[in-house]
Amino acid sequence: MTGNSDGVFFLTGKDFANAGSASSNLKGILEKRGIPAEIIRRASIAAFEAEMNVIIYAVAGMMHYTITPETIKVVLQDMGPGIPDIGLAMQEGYSTAPDYIREMGFGSGMGLPNIKRNADKLTINSVVGEGTTVEFVISLERSGR
Amino acid sequence: MTLDDIKGILGALALTGRGDMEIDIGRAYCADLMSDVLAFSVTNSLLITGLTNAQVVRTAEVADIKAIVFVQNKRPDIQTIAMAEAKNIPLFVTELSMFDTCGRLYERGLRSQMGPTV
Repeated sequence: MTGNSDGVFFLTGKDFANAGSASSNLKGILEKRGIPAEIIRRASIAAFEAEMNVIIYAVAGMMHYTITPETIKVVLQDMGPGIPDIGLAMQEGYSTAPDYIREMGFGSGMGLPNIKRNADKLTINSVVGEGTTVEFVISLERSGR
Repeated sequence: MTLDDIKGILGALALTGRGDMEIDIGRAYCADLMSDVLAFSVTNSLLITGLTNAQVVRTAEVADIKAIVFVQNKRPDIQTIAMAEAKNIPLFVTELSMFDTCGRLYERGLRSQMGPTV
């Protein structure tokens, strides 16, 4: 499949039963386009971490994806508490997650670093008390980074 | 090492009905932190964990993990098992501790492979 495609998934905060389903659906869409498995894995992991952040911290949000022959772009926009210090949030191991989130295996402070690790480009914009927008791009034009 | 070998070594019970027991598992990763799994596991590997929630299956799916072993006789709920069936990710449960599970598989030649996105 070639050409551009895009779509949106809606995310509900604290809906842990469905947490990850948007990333799972995105993975299926990427597989149908015949994108190499290693790139799909990077995109899926980055999307899943970003999706979990919305489910854990925000009231609601959306994941918008755009796939072109050159790139996969994913934008997650949420209505949430915002991130006061993005530099701190990018540090591996830094987390503000409550204990019940940690008991589910998340909130270990690896989410944003994991997104950065898998994406070719990551942009985070956040306003405390309003929400956060996380945008990442993965290039399809070359195999390495 | 096949899934059938792993099941035998651990005295494990299969929780899912489908899936090819002859799948070759070359690597394993063990963690209760799903972000660590997402960061450090490798594709086509076995996940050993003590966590039993639905996010474990989601994590396995996005990280291209072939199968999951739950330790200490911990079992996921029926919805999680159903999700794993749908995603074709075989689930097993063993009475062994995480330490003994890893130890027995290591002894028989299974290895991890650290690295961000190998």
